[in-house]
Amino acid sequence: MSAWPGLAVHSLWNRRGTAALTVFAIAVSVALLLGVQKLRTAAKESFATTISGTDLIVGARSGPINLLLYSVFRIGDPTANVTWETYGRVAQHRDVAWTIPLSLGDSHRGFRVVGTNGDYFAHYRYAQRRALRFEHGRPFVASHQAVLGHAVARELQYSLGETIVLSHGVGAGSFVQHERHPFRVVGILAPTGTPVDRAIHVDLESIDAIHGDSADTRGGEPSGITAFLVGMKSRDTVLLMQRALNEYRGEPLQAVIPGVALAQLWSIVGIADRALLIVAACVALAGLLGMLAAILTSLNERRREMAILRSVGAHPRHVFGLLVLEAGVLALAGAACGTALAYAAMWLAQPWFSTRYGIHLVTRGLTATDGLILAAVVAAALLLSALPAWRAYRNSLTDGMTVRL
Amino acid sequence: MTHPAIELRDMSFGWQPGAPVLAIPEFVVERGERVFLHGPSGSGKSTLLGLVGGVVEPGSGAVRLLGQDLAALSRSGRDGFRAEHLGFIFQLFNLVPYLSVLENVLLPLRFSRKRRARLADPRAEALRLLAALGLEGGELLDRKVTALSVGQQQRVAAARALLGRTEILVADEPTSSLDSDARDSFLRLLMRECAAAGTSVLFVSHDHALGSWFDRSIALHEINHAHVTEGRS
Repeated sequence: MSAWPGLAVHSLWNRRGTAALTVFAIAVSVALLLGVQKLRTAAKESFATTISGTDLIVGARSGPINLLLYSVFRIGDPTANVTWETYGRVAQHRDVAWTIPLSLGDSHRGFRVVGTNGDYFAHYRYAQRRALRFEHGRPFVASHQAVLGHAVARELQYSLGETIVLSHGVGAGSFVQHERHPFRVVGILAPTGTPVDRAIHVDLESIDAIHGDSADTRGGEPSGITAFLVGMKSRDTVLLMQRALNEYRGEPLQAVIPGVALAQLWSIVGIADRALLIVAACVALAGLLGMLAAILTSLNERRREMAILRSVGAHPRHVFGLLVLEAGVLALAGAACGTALAYAAMWLAQPWFSTRYGIHLVTRGLTATDGLILAAVVAAALLLSALPAWRAYRNSLTDGMTVRL
Repeated sequence: MTHPAIELRDMSFGWQPGAPVLAIPEFVVERGERVFLHGPSGSGKSTLLGLVGGVVEPGSGAVRLLGQDLAALSRSGRDGFRAEHLGFIFQLFNLVPYLSVLENVLLPLRFSRKRRARLADPRAEALRLLAALGLEGGELLDRKVTALSVGQQQRVAAARALLGRTEILVADEPTSSLDSDARDSFLRLLMRECAAAGTSVLFVSHDHALGSWFDRSIALHEINHAHVTEGRS
């Protein structure tokens, strides 16, 4: 013999059409909320790990965010260059493990060209210290060879052996073409989900060559670079080196710690992402308000039912409890279906996200944040249900066992 | 000594102060007694049942059931008392539409552990009561209660009211929606079952003709000394 709480399930089953709709509405909003939260976490993580393993980013003095934007995100333009001499001095410093020179300023059909050297493929790290991987080909070993980021090859449908011509400047409609200096594609990188995917990497010396008068200035030293990345032998020396570079007398330099600059940048970019979360939370609230409306509407047609329950010994608090329970069952079912929906959608979208953005969405089991969101939805449902429950409680006190319809 | 099943003493009740609908100096239903109370619509019959059920509180005086003064109980105490000792049958819509016939009969046990404890096998007892009231066959038990005829619904309600050997059965016009054949067979079976179980019955109706089924027949105006002016049944 079941106890009174079982009646809530019976009653819901009796109205399973509307109940299913309510569960569906809650499920969709919960799925949206979970999905947005997952996407936020993944995006933030991916953003925060756009560059990893690098201890310092060094460029001409402008501002940390500006430096980060043009050196890592390839957005905007550098204000000034760093001389090759200064770069050489830092690269040879005894505490420095490695450096990666970056020379920006050219483009190919809207994609930025990065002049660098072989150290880029050896030392550049992203995400959790993941190294760059080649999908096809190999790093450039000679002048006028290019390595494409994954998105460049995909969008322009380039394959190995393709010959490309760079343009001066970064606009898609650059008119100055370096036609005398065609580059051959020798490598295509695997997707990283970072701006590396949208870059064309060439030898630093070729960059200098195509800007020089003749095509054969090979072997000469570049006059300057845009910025460079530094890896220190020991973490302990990072702050010392940063200070030394910022106070460097030879030319105005600026060294930033990537993590710090990324956090600063995120505090600006993150507003949009919080807005997204608020919208998703509002959708969840709308789903719950739908449930509230459905329960409130059902109250009048169920006064008789409540009066019968009263006559067989139900307390008004049983009536209250039944309605809260009903909301709880609806919210739990909605949360469960919503979770299944969200995870199914993420599982389906995973390959796409991973090749396109290098974002990993699906987690093994529910995360603590998922649990928190689901608990919040169910708690909000229970809280909202107090309203119809209280009304039913009042009704059943005044109606007693007899209700005139 | 045993206390009477229902005992009203100097009890008065009015929806508005100073305008009593009911003023009953004395009204007693003995244990096992089956009492028919008749009066026209709006004479306060249903209000009297609310008072007996403990859903409505008297303005003054005492309502005692099985010796228990209802005023001495808290509101939820009265709910518990009602669940344990009383069974109700109303004129119409007695059943919870989303429960089966059997689940409807067993419904009070969900709310009263004491009533549940009196039954060794609630399901068997429910089936016995249904059979005694003329409802037999597995096919019927699985049917939706909304698909039953009114007469069948009233029998289900009666089985529910009596399940767990409730001491008092309170019936409010339970036969008004039945035709005379259905009414007679319903009353015959109900009275037989109540007599067998020793259940006290307070049966309220406007239909004088039913009086012959009961030990005692009484008109509400005989016990009610208030001048009823307002229609509130």
